[in-house]
Amino acid sequence: MAILEVKNLEVYYGVIQAIKGISFEVNQGEIIALIGANGAGKTTTLQTITGLIPAKAGHIIYEGKDITKVPGYKLVSMGIAHVPEGRRVFAELTVLQNLKLGAYTRKDKSEIDETLKSIYQRFPRLEERKNQPAGTLSGGEQQMLAMGRALMSRPKLMLMDEPSMGLSPIYVNEIFDIIKEIHKSGTTVLLVEQNAKKALSIADKAYVLETGTIALSGDAKELMNNDQVKKAYLSE
Amino acid sequence: MMSFLSYFISGVSLGSIYAIIALGYTMVYGIARMLNFAHGDVIMIGGFAIFTAVTTMGLPPMAGILIGVVVCTVLGVTIERVAYRPLRGASSLAVLITAIGISYLLQNVALLIFGSNSHQFTSVVNLPNLVLADGKLNISSTTIVAIAACIVIMIALTTFINKTRTGQAMLAVSEDRGAASLMGIDVNKTIAVTFAIGSALAAIAGALLCSAYPSLTPYTGSMPGIKAFTAAVFGGIGSIPGALLGGIILGVIENLSKAYISSQLSDAIVFAVLIIVLLVRPTGILGRQINEKV
Repeated sequence: MAILEVKNLEVYYGVIQAIKGISFEVNQGEIIALIGANGAGKTTTLQTITGLIPAKAGHIIYEGKDITKVPGYKLVSMGIAHVPEGRRVFAELTVLQNLKLGAYTRKDKSEIDETLKSIYQRFPRLEERKNQPAGTLSGGEQQMLAMGRALMSRPKLMLMDEPSMGLSPIYVNEIFDIIKEIHKSGTTVLLVEQNAKKALSIADKAYVLETGTIALSGDAKELMNNDQVKKAYLSE
Repeated sequence: MMSFLSYFISGVSLGSIYAIIALGYTMVYGIARMLNFAHGDVIMIGGFAIFTAVTTMGLPPMAGILIGVVVCTVLGVTIERVAYRPLRGASSLAVLITAIGISYLLQNVALLIFGSNSHQFTSVVNLPNLVLADGKLNISSTTIVAIAACIVIMIALTTFINKTRTGQAMLAVSEDRGAASLMGIDVNKTIAVTFAIGSALAAIAGALLCSAYPSLTPYTGSMPGIKAFTAAVFGGIGSIPGALLGGIILGVIENLSKAYISSQLSDAIVFAVLIIVLLVRPTGILGRQINEKV
């Protein structure tokens, strides 16, 4: 069953069309990867889904409801979490304050504490640094914080935008392991990545974006062996 | 010595009032990233609301302050909703000009209703003066109440921001509006709450200001508004402790230069100090260093 359907989505920045009528779907329990070069429209697509940028045309359907016009902040309590590009942790707030803001839409304090505990288990370094301002963390730690913060809302669907960007290879592997774990624990994942190799290795299906349109799509394993993909995105 | 102490304390008191007003500027700037130049005139409206309740209608001062707070809160939230929210995303120049327009609008509405003559404001503070050192140091109760009010407001506000969900949401919005919305925070509501708090504080500042300087005209809020804005910039706009520090320093400088240098020159001295501080520290005393993300 599709948890998220994007239908003929069009997005403009002023007069420039960034997304030219794309359609794709994400099924419950899948990891879907959107790959493509810089400027292909990957981030724009995610930001339009969570209401940071308005759609000009088309529809975004989440759990059967049209959320195209729903203000972004309301989507969190509906079960969508978005780990934005560049992490965007609240640098001046502590790690703990950041995590608690992730649970902003939840009311039950004891349940929130339980989620917090499980996040500390998954990311022990966040617990060690819970009273430190988030801005003092390393890039990899900030990425973990951004993910932990998103998990605090207990999402059904998690959108992740370039989680490996700017990280050292060790951290990249760790972040992808974490994505797999998050997925295993029952969260559907829509992943945007420039690191196509890594993304395709963990995804079920993938869509290749090129200047605002979907150039290719299909099973992730098949796309990995596709000559066109190999040449353009896997640098082989 | 005693006269110096007396000037100093009344400077701190005046500064406390500036600090309460400066909070409105600094919070709105920190969270909505705009300069609300109509803030000073909200103080004046608060003053007239209290004047009408207490002097004209004969209500007790506390009831008058409460009415003033309600009037200003509603006014502040309405201004934000009607004039500023539609301009979210517009250039900051457009917002600034709108704020100046609202400022003139409020002054002219007050002019229409209350006329240009000055009204004698009845002090909301009816407590005996504090007499110390065998009568050599006489501190008026209004002076003390202003300082006390400022302390209480600072503590309450800091607690509110650090301990409540709404307070944390305000911090999140001030740092990154988009990321805040991804947390499920309603940015518009958070900005409205900020205007409500700033305007409620403006009413309290209006009560204190008019009790200390009882002549009330439609232009009463204008100069204190500009000075409190200066105090906010001085302390570091966006910073709450900065508003307190800036307000107090400004009040003390103003009062001491009135007493020892020249009462005509005091405003010039205040603004000269501002310019010097900004030359040395462009972000103000406690302002965060600007590192704009690209």
